[in-house]
Amino acid sequence: MHDLKLLEEALIVGDWKTAAAATQAALAGGVAPLTIVTGHLMPAMDEVGRRFEREDYFVPEMLLSARAMKASMEILRPLLASSGAQPVGRVVIGTVKGDLHDIGKNLVAAMLEGGGFEVIDLGADVAPELFIEAAAARNADLVALSALLTVTMGWMKTTIDAFQAAGLRQKVKIMVGGAPVTQQYADAIGADGFTDSAGSAVALARKLVAA
Amino acid sequence: MNPLRKWLAGGPLITDGAWGTELQARGLKPGAAPDTWNLAHPDPVEDVARAYVEAGSQVILTNTFRANAIAMKGDLELINRAGVEISKRAAAGRALVFASIGPTGKMLMAGDITAQQVRAAFDAQSSALASAGPDALLVETMSDIAEARLAVAAAKSTGLSVIVSFAFDSGKNKDRTMMGATPEAVAAAMVEAGADAVGANCGVGVEYAAAICRRLHAACDVPVWIKPNAGLPKMEGTAVRYGTTAEFFASHFAALRDAGASFVGACCGSTPDFIRALVNARCASS
Repeated sequence: MHDLKLLEEALIVGDWKTAAAATQAALAGGVAPLTIVTGHLMPAMDEVGRRFEREDYFVPEMLLSARAMKASMEILRPLLASSGAQPVGRVVIGTVKGDLHDIGKNLVAAMLEGGGFEVIDLGADVAPELFIEAAAARNADLVALSALLTVTMGWMKTTIDAFQAAGLRQKVKIMVGGAPVTQQYADAIGADGFTDSAGSAVALARKLVAA
Repeated sequence: MNPLRKWLAGGPLITDGAWGTELQARGLKPGAAPDTWNLAHPDPVEDVARAYVEAGSQVILTNTFRANAIAMKGDLELINRAGVEISKRAAAGRALVFASIGPTGKMLMAGDITAQQVRAAFDAQSSALASAGPDALLVETMSDIAEARLAVAAAKSTGLSVIVSFAFDSGKNKDRTMMGATPEAVAAAMVEAGADAVGANCGVGVEYAAAICRRLHAACDVPVWIKPNAGLPKMEGTAVRYGTTAEFFASHFAALRDAGASFVGACCGSTPDFIRALVNARCASS
């Protein structure tokens, strides 16, 4: 029990060495890998998200927590795979065409991974057809589009329209975010969801996948 | 005498407004890097620079914000040189030209890039800009103190005066950078890094700028550079609108001057009208 509390705290304060050691200790103590993920990693990363939402945490704190979470997941992932455990959902994420900004997208990707999702990160400047190809090939539940610039956010609509034209729009949920994006814009272009921060992206993704 | 002190002897200087949106109004395609126009379409770039000089800007920048090797590809040496040459032609001695250096867009602490790569990119951009003879270098829209330190060191190595400006757009009071840095932390670190002036640009709007300006001014004894956004962008249908009018923006001039601003201008979403309004506000309040 002590190791699991230590693991949660290590994630929240962003201490990757303690996170890795506590994960090993918990496994050695007989805790199931899936229990560690759903019962401890995910709640701890939710707390990190809440602190970011409250603006007690800024980007550096979130990055350190994401790094601690990854240190734990690297130990757990092979064990989860061999036990046949399924992720909460599969997300294809990227910054839309013409936009090279990836800081916000990377944060959302890290938080989604911490939230138990399998994340397929296509990077920045991603053309609509690449989103479609990856979503189809990986059987994604969710597509997450990022844009930092008012001049590139139009590609969000183009990408959503391309999913429609490819006949895949009903197979995936699409969420959008980025500095200039608003709920009103998300509604106008036919996205399924919008959040204004990496902290709240996980809750939205879970809601969309469950819907 | 430090050139900045000499330029500021007559009181605060009015700088310029946004370039990206002005270039789009002249045909720059959404998603295209404005900096590439320094070589491909220099005339509209010069047109924007001249519009600011004619509106009363005493300092204009250069269309080189993204032209570092991490943020964009292309013939960066030529793009940077051309950017300074265009602004100098437009200024024609009527305004100072401060050459713009923006952030890399990558995060050092995330391990996306190394400090050596960042320093090399800023070294190359600084020396290309300096070779075309600007009056000073401006490192702007920074959020990470570590990255800004590298940029300031690179810029200082040219021998030119260096102004460094951060975007304060986060936290409950919108007084932190994305990385959580406060005005006090920024001022202390940047003076230590050798900056000749510190400031705030972009951010969430002019109504937050005076408080940040006051704190920067209190935290160091170098001049303060202030260049806020015209509010946050809003979508109206498919068009982007900024909520702040030139008059509303300029109504903050006296507050900014009283808070210690030595350079006052406008950032994203502003136009030459904002500069004309600032010039009028300065006349009215002096």
